[in-house]
Amino acid sequence: MTDTDFLLAVEDLTVSFDGFKAVDSLTFYVDYDELRVIIGPNGAGKTTVLDLISGKTKASEGSIKFKNGEIRGKREYEIVRAGIGRKFQTPSIYEDLTVYENLEISFPWGRTVWGSVRFKRTKDIDEKIKSVAADIYLDEQLDEKAALLSHGQKQWLEIGMLLVQDPELMLLDEPVAGMSVTEREATVALLKRVSKGRAIIIIEHDMDFVEQIANRVTVLHMGKIIAEGKMDEIKQNEQVQKVYLGD
Amino acid sequence: MRSDNSIKASGSSLFSKESIISFAILAGILLVILPLVLSDFRLNLTGKYLCYAFVALGLVMCWGHAGILSLGQGLFFGLGGYAMAMFLKLEASDPESTSIQTTPGIPDFMDWNQVTELPWFWLPFKSFPITVLLIFVLPMVFGYVLSRFYFKGRVGSVVFAILTQSFVACVWFAIVGNQGYFGGINGITDLKTLLGWDIRTTGAQRTLYFLCVVLLLGSIVLCRWLLSLRFGRVLVAQRDKEERVRFSGYDIAGFRIFVFCVAAVISSVGGAMFTLQVGFMSPNLIGVVPSIDMVIFAAVGGRLSLFGAVYGTLVVSLAKTLFSEGYPNMWMFFYGSLFIVIVLFLPRGLAGLYGDHLRPALMRVFGGKQAADSPDSSDKATTSDSSDGTKSQQSEA
Repeated sequence: MTDTDFLLAVEDLTVSFDGFKAVDSLTFYVDYDELRVIIGPNGAGKTTVLDLISGKTKASEGSIKFKNGEIRGKREYEIVRAGIGRKFQTPSIYEDLTVYENLEISFPWGRTVWGSVRFKRTKDIDEKIKSVAADIYLDEQLDEKAALLSHGQKQWLEIGMLLVQDPELMLLDEPVAGMSVTEREATVALLKRVSKGRAIIIIEHDMDFVEQIANRVTVLHMGKIIAEGKMDEIKQNEQVQKVYLGD
Repeated sequence: MRSDNSIKASGSSLFSKESIISFAILAGILLVILPLVLSDFRLNLTGKYLCYAFVALGLVMCWGHAGILSLGQGLFFGLGGYAMAMFLKLEASDPESTSIQTTPGIPDFMDWNQVTELPWFWLPFKSFPITVLLIFVLPMVFGYVLSRFYFKGRVGSVVFAILTQSFVACVWFAIVGNQGYFGGINGITDLKTLLGWDIRTTGAQRTLYFLCVVLLLGSIVLCRWLLSLRFGRVLVAQRDKEERVRFSGYDIAGFRIFVFCVAAVISSVGGAMFTLQVGFMSPNLIGVVPSIDMVIFAAVGGRLSLFGAVYGTLVVSLAKTLFSEGYPNMWMFFYGSLFIVIVLFLPRGLAGLYGDHLRPALMRVFGGKQAADSPDSSDKATTSDSSDGTKSQQSEA
């Protein structure tokens, strides 16, 4: 479609499953240094949007431009290599590997068969892993098995597995689900810190968290955007109150 | 839970004390004890069984570690076996010894089937170096072509298992239907010499047994090495957390194709050694039923254990021999129950049995030092099923 300066430009994105439009002509833009939160009632199509951007689901129509390059129709690994990282709703980590090994296997080098055969743990890789571990508050747990981490720490670890790849866009599906209040606050600080120089799209239900973190909020309902703006504006929006906050 | 544990196992160091001891024990049994204890006939029989262990080893790699179940490994076993048989058959069919045929100089079964000229695809098998090369290249090519589209197209693992089964069925029919080209249901028989060396003598069979064992041990080292790399970790990771690996930027299809080809090549080498030791190759050795047998060998040994593949093959084959000699009519019932017992009570096969019971006992006997060396001491083993699994898989992967 048109040329864009935005990091991510989603235009007229539509996907239908057997005629049901889960996402219906969606258009939104996300830029560097932005923390965008997508909210909406169950079944609004939030996770589907992340699936579409990350290539898990193929769009029926529209375009997804990342750094002004079309990524719609590319394979997941190509999209990841272009610079988009994705965290799943339930923590998806390698339970029996240590924290260090979890981060190492996510390191963006040696991701082909031959690369993985030749892979060596170099000093650069080691330093990168340790610095990410410090970012996600797990520098003390590097040698611990991931299975032994608390639920919140597992969430952080998966965020860390994205950070190791230095993605320019991070897609996070419910990153604070199941976290304690202190863990949630630490996550807010973490995400604010790491959003510098990149963009983050978050799907979240926890309204306190959304208020603390969002630069902009996009409200989805029945696959369509019904409002977009700052959290204060969103809270005043009558349509949003009706469909989402309930009255 | 249980399956996750082997990630660690495959990532553990290549030459840990324990894996060296396990390797030495296996090498000792195969290279020293069996040749001393067994009669020539039984040793040759063991050599024949060990050829199937190559296939089981390949299944440990692609089924156990990568989650790709193939019910058609007989195809690759057959590629190696037939390649070797075709070479040996041509050597046995020199014009002098086939002078009574209508067309001297071609294999006897061709002559019986009114084939008057050696088909073009037999020509490469006139050369021994090319035959050896093809034993490695053919399974690679077949493995690549057969798996590429399915893995790229993300066919489910059950569908893939059925597809491999149908490949091997197709090959069986192709061989049986083309008697003039491949010897049909009788197979390729009456193989005599390898580069002039008579392979039928007891001395030759003994030498071939040792060659077979050395190649098998070499294959184990190769697999162990692959599993110790980042490659091995990615294999297990994609088996357990496919999406996560995909979204870490890996093209999983490439890894699956590669490990499938590795398993194919190892199986093919086993097939070639089979032909040499047994002296013939036939479609019934590589068809649907033997292909399932091979999966049973790996399952009994423990599908995550490289050593287990060898022990499993030997134990099942030995049981098969003893039962079928003693109770020819009841044999299949024993065989079936054996498989049911394994599936129900020993999902990790003999290797799991060793890891859960024998190894902790050994640790207690040999005391503190070794137990302290090992990352999971026995007290942890009793706390949960999952740490139990780690132990056994670590020790035997």
